Amino acid sequence: MGLRRSGKSSIASVVFHKMPPNETLFLESTTRIQKDSVHSFMDFQVWDFPGQFEYLESSFDLEEIFGSLGALVWVIDAQDDYLESVARLNRTILTVQQYYPNINIEVFIHKVDGLSDEFRTDTFQDIVQLISDELSDAGYENAPVHYYLTSIYDYSVFEAFSKVIQKLIPNLSTLENLINTLSNNCGFEKSYLFDVLSKIYIASDTRPVDMSCYEMCSDYIDVIVDISELYSWDHPDRQAKGEQNQEAESHVVLHDETMIHLMEMNKYLCLVSVIRNPEAKEKKGLIDMNCRTFQQALNDVFSRSWEQDQEAEQSRDQVEAPQIEEPATNNFLSL
Amino acid sequence: MDGRKKKRKVLLMGKSGSGKSSMRSIIFSNYVAKDVRRLGATIDVEHSHVKFMGNLTLNLWDCGGQDAFMETYLASQRGNIFSDVAVLIYVFDIESREVERDLDTYNAIISALREYSPHAYVFCLVHKLDLIQAEHRQRIYDERSALIRSRTEHFTIDTFGSSIWDQSLYKAWAGIVHKLIPNLTVIERFLQAFAKRIDAEEVILFERSTFLTVTSVSSEIGDLNPIYDRHERLSNIMKAFKHCAARNTHTTPASAGFVVMHTKTPQFNVFLGRFTDNTYIFVVVPPGEAAYNCAVLNTMLAREGFSKAGGAAHGDGFPLPTPDSPEEESNSS
Repeated sequence: MGLRRSGKSSIASVVFHKMPPNETLFLESTTRIQKDSVHSFMDFQVWDFPGQFEYLESSFDLEEIFGSLGALVWVIDAQDDYLESVARLNRTILTVQQYYPNINIEVFIHKVDGLSDEFRTDTFQDIVQLISDELSDAGYENAPVHYYLTSIYDYSVFEAFSKVIQKLIPNLSTLENLINTLSNNCGFEKSYLFDVLSKIYIASDTRPVDMSCYEMCSDYIDVIVDISELYSWDHPDRQAKGEQNQEAESHVVLHDETMIHLMEMNKYLCLVSVIRNPEAKEKKGLIDMNCRTFQQALNDVFSRSWEQDQEAEQSRDQVEAPQIEEPATNNFLSL
Repeated sequence: MDGRKKKRKVLLMGKSGSGKSSMRSIIFSNYVAKDVRRLGATIDVEHSHVKFMGNLTLNLWDCGGQDAFMETYLASQRGNIFSDVAVLIYVFDIESREVERDLDTYNAIISALREYSPHAYVFCLVHKLDLIQAEHRQRIYDERSALIRSRTEHFTIDTFGSSIWDQSLYKAWAGIVHKLIPNLTVIERFLQAFAKRIDAEEVILFERSTFLTVTSVSSEIGDLNPIYDRHERLSNIMKAFKHCAARNTHTTPASAGFVVMHTKTPQFNVFLGRFTDNTYIFVVVPPGEAAYNCAVLNTMLAREGFSKAGGAAHGDGFPLPTPDSPEEESNSS
């Protein structure tokens, strides 16, 4: 949600439909709610609201809109006068907080590519201040509101969306623990679990996020996907010459000896890691094997949580099953 | 072989604003398409020596296209410009409103070329095709290239439609480069034998800095691949990733590169590695772990054999190897 022309549909198109950023200029303005289903490792719907909607009026059914909502993304055009948008956002937050306190509110301070660095921080601080003042006046001290600086012309919007999605994953901490263990054992500098289609990462190890690693990993997925497109044609005469794993696996060594390692996990996910440790690079076989173990554990986690979802939908905080993690960790071989 | 012979003069000509310097920057100077907006008009002639495949230096003359310059090229500079030309690349702007006048200028250039270097290759690029709607592109390009051919006198020419925004630019330049490399048939024969030995579906040789396709061979099955512009698309993909890697490792695109890349998928396996100092080899083999590892090993061995032969021969960067290098046989099982 957000005011009109703030860039909501552009974000949705770039992130979920792979539209090149400069083509979003030609997007028409949205006149009705666009519901966009994303089928991936977990299915979710993206609802794109037209900016001119007054959904807080009584004619709209609040339950219909917010009832099944996990996260509300509010887009603010940072290059425009944002006071009106902030005022509307405040009204929305107050309403949402009153009835649906579990909804995460994610504020994208958008189109920051056009702003200078100092101005960017000023705007950010100003907006955060305005909103948190209003909230504390109304008595909500710890409302789940998060702020991001985004632009569709670089990777920040993917990064921000990744964070949004990660908050919706019930067993995120299990995944993070798994990746941490894997990275420590294999000497990875940084690894991400990517959703291949949208290139959102749904989990990563807990080391600080390095934008350059993220860019390289996400571009490397592009390389592999594009090359696969060129050579995966079907023909009866094309026959395999022997046994091979069913999952794609790839790695590249760059000029400065950095290695990027990619392994397909399941239909939607792949694990991409950056390796700089020279010892680790020698032990390619071990890395492959650890990744397979990780894959096994990952699928265990997902199948476990799906079963539980069916049994008791509300028991979110108990989804993590420690007994899954333990055997998996023991199976990793360290360098 | 004397040094002068290897320096081949390449003339880049065309009307002002047709995109000559833009494409030169993208192919040889690691620009990306949107960077070319920075370029100003070329004044007079810009000479550049582009090192390509090691010792093959392309002596690229980027000739400014404004009418005043064109006149001097044809009058006072005539002998200087048009002698010893190996290749003339003439760029037409598809959006030009004065087609007839462009063709007259082109014809004048062709006459001058015939006078001084009658054996030059001529390539005509119909440029900026991205500005035409996709459904009319082929038709307009065909019409235009027929017009160009009618004004070319006795030269045999190749025409390409191109645009800096997609892979067509690589297709055009790969075609040009292909014509310029000495002893290409020997290289091709070698690759053919090599591909057969390791059962590769396709083997492609890319130039290192430009990622242009030098040459490629494919097996009968590889020929069935329905994607015809795959080589150009590969150039594009790899070059884009090279730029990304350069940006994120804080080096210039010129010094960035790959040491090796392996990709295994259920449908195919791919190996990309350095072959000679100036080329990458790209090998596509059917799936199968053991066969793949064998192919990789053989590629390494072939590379050694190749560079040894190169040191012994002319130091041309590209040697004349015996078509079947004995090294491969030892490991083909």
